[in-house]
Amino acid sequence: MLKVTIDGHTIEVPEGTTILQAARMLGPEVAPPAMCYYSKLETSGGYCRTCIVKVTKGSEKDPRPMPKPVASCRTMVMDGMEVQNKTSPELLEARKGVVEFLLANHPLDCPVCDQAGECHLQDLSFEHGAESTRYEFERRTFEKIDIGPHVQLHMTRCILCYRCVKVADQLTPGRSHGVLNRGDASEISTYIEKSIDNEFSGNVIDVCPVGALTDKTFRFKNRVWFTKPMDAHRECDKCSGKVALWFRGADVLRVTGRKDAFGEVEEFICNTCRFEKKDAADWKIDGPRVIDHKSVISSNHYLANNQVPDFAFRVGEDYKAIEDKPVQPVPVQNQLNN
Amino acid sequence: MSKKLLLKHDHEPGIQTYEVYRKHGGYASVEKALRTMTPEAVVEEVKKSGLRGRGGAGFPTGMKWSFLAKPEGVPRYLVCNADESEPGTFKDRYLMSRIPHFLIEGMITSSFALGAKTSYIYVRGEYYYVIAILEKAIKEAYAAGWLGKNILGTGFDHDMYVQPGGGAYICGEETALLESLEGKRGNPRIKPPFPAVKGLWGCPTVVNNVETIAAVVPIVNDGGEAYAAIGIGKSTGTKLISASGHINKPGVYEIELGLPVEEFINSEEYCGGVWKGRKLKAVVAGGSSVPVLPADLIMKTAAGEPRLMSYESLADGGFASGTMLGSGGFIVMDETASVVKNLWTFARFYHHESCGQCSPCREGTGWMEKVLHKIVHGHGEMKDIDLLWDLQRKIEGNTICPLGDAAAWPVASAIRHFRSEFEEMINSHAVEHA
Repeated sequence: MLKVTIDGHTIEVPEGTTILQAARMLGPEVAPPAMCYYSKLETSGGYCRTCIVKVTKGSEKDPRPMPKPVASCRTMVMDGMEVQNKTSPELLEARKGVVEFLLANHPLDCPVCDQAGECHLQDLSFEHGAESTRYEFERRTFEKIDIGPHVQLHMTRCILCYRCVKVADQLTPGRSHGVLNRGDASEISTYIEKSIDNEFSGNVIDVCPVGALTDKTFRFKNRVWFTKPMDAHRECDKCSGKVALWFRGADVLRVTGRKDAFGEVEEFICNTCRFEKKDAADWKIDGPRVIDHKSVISSNHYLANNQVPDFAFRVGEDYKAIEDKPVQPVPVQNQLNN
Repeated sequence: MSKKLLLKHDHEPGIQTYEVYRKHGGYASVEKALRTMTPEAVVEEVKKSGLRGRGGAGFPTGMKWSFLAKPEGVPRYLVCNADESEPGTFKDRYLMSRIPHFLIEGMITSSFALGAKTSYIYVRGEYYYVIAILEKAIKEAYAAGWLGKNILGTGFDHDMYVQPGGGAYICGEETALLESLEGKRGNPRIKPPFPAVKGLWGCPTVVNNVETIAAVVPIVNDGGEAYAAIGIGKSTGTKLISASGHINKPGVYEIELGLPVEEFINSEEYCGGVWKGRKLKAVVAGGSSVPVLPADLIMKTAAGEPRLMSYESLADGGFASGTMLGSGGFIVMDETASVVKNLWTFARFYHHESCGQCSPCREGTGWMEKVLHKIVHGHGEMKDIDLLWDLQRKIEGNTICPLGDAAAWPVASAIRHFRSEFEEMINSHAVEHA
């Protein structure tokens, strides 16, 4: 076992653990944000640079600090390593820079984006971003394209995390999905207008941290924060059949994988479960789903108890916790009247 | 005349052909290494020589070779990085097109030292005519028995291939080069693992610059110690410098490391002085990526010592008052040149060449280019200088590969040493617009 200290918290982890995994073992409050790393996808991570941390002590054997910030998702823990994440103002400044770069060409069209409310980029910019942008030039835009019958790609919002490319690579046979062009003109695309068409392609929607890949059966149906998540399952011969249903009233508006505290699905689900079973009668309901992924809009909505949101440290004393009282569900009748 | 090791015979008529090259002592290092030395002994000589990577980073070659993993039953590869794309650098092109057999000889000797049965020369796509020259030379080497099965009857087999690149700057980064060589998109890999452990097709691989591999020839011929005797301190041997810009005699020069910069610029043997009798303004000493230095700092270090053409002397003073030898792309600017406009050209290049994998470089290079475009075209504001400074600071050190640093350093150094020129440009336009 290797001992690692992150922001003063010490944990012992097995060999081959990355700094990010170790931080996640300590809990979501300690873990650095990650936009491209996805523990269920091999070789993911390293691109977005939001999970950078400062290694102040390399290891017990070689205590020299690392000269540059490292991507915690791709750096292995060494015995005796000491890491600074939120405790280093310098690092937070560097991360703020990364967030600014990610947002430089992002349209910030949250009011009309289906991902708003559960968008990792929204959370990230709220926690680590600057108040306003210094970017004053035209942002890159792309035409929306359909990749397959159920998925729409809105490249303008993409932050090029490569997660969907890894899904296409690792979950689906016959890869037809990748990156075209170079630099800030890079573009996620399918092989010459070929659509993605296989049983697990819908998972690109779940792994997308922003609103670039959206579910065409759910687009513009509702804001996610008006929908109520329920754990449910069904007998499925293709996947585990364990999903989260998103209800508005008695209607199932959307089916997704069950996401954990880091916004990653517990298990990938098949397209039949995701796109075709939109009737509550198709499912056995397990109970309400607690959303413990910290999120701007969900912070007082889905949380089981009123934890102090993570971004409070930035606001310091000005932050006042909202009264410790669970939000009353709006009666179905009222919702329908809206 | 100073000591010449690589360009001794570059002006012999017909040196491109095998016969003439052989007549001038070509392939002696292969004979010596294969017949009289063990692979370990060759590596030892390279270590003794103190040779450092000539592609830009200056990492000791012998040490890089000794890191090569040697698991049983797994092939090892030598890859020659001939994707010379750094603006201001053209030394490898000269060497390869003039004396192609020199590189091939170095490749065979180095491959013997590393135990590589296959080697690749990855040439940038724009050098299409160089590819033809190399392929012809390789054919000749096969015909003369220097390549193929059982070379010189010693049982050493070796095959060599030339692979044209698509012309992307990023493919000069060693792991992006390997990806490209494997037929994939040329994106840098995340390290570790390093190529010495997992390189081409997951096998241990050494990637070296053209000039580095060529330098192995004189090292094996004359011994590592003789090579180490040339040069100064830890900068041993000779270096090819691509001199360009406002000088009387632009071209590729072989210098002994430790030559004073002043002598290099002004002597008739090399650059022949700044052209048209003008004054020197600034020098980019090692290719577009390294910090630009004003005339006084390139001639003398901050401590007042004369600046020498060596890894240490050029880096003296860190980035505050120094620069880097880099790949030896020596760009001279006279008093009429605009550092800001030149910087915009560099920024355009890095924006165009960023691979787009990691966010600071993908978005930052484009942003810096746009800000510089704005300044150069008369719409700059004073706050843009601080914005540029902040942007380069947030790119540097936060990226997967050194392209981010390479894009950030010229911006940082131009602001550090020529801030007044930015201000003048912004002010003069402000007056025009008033």
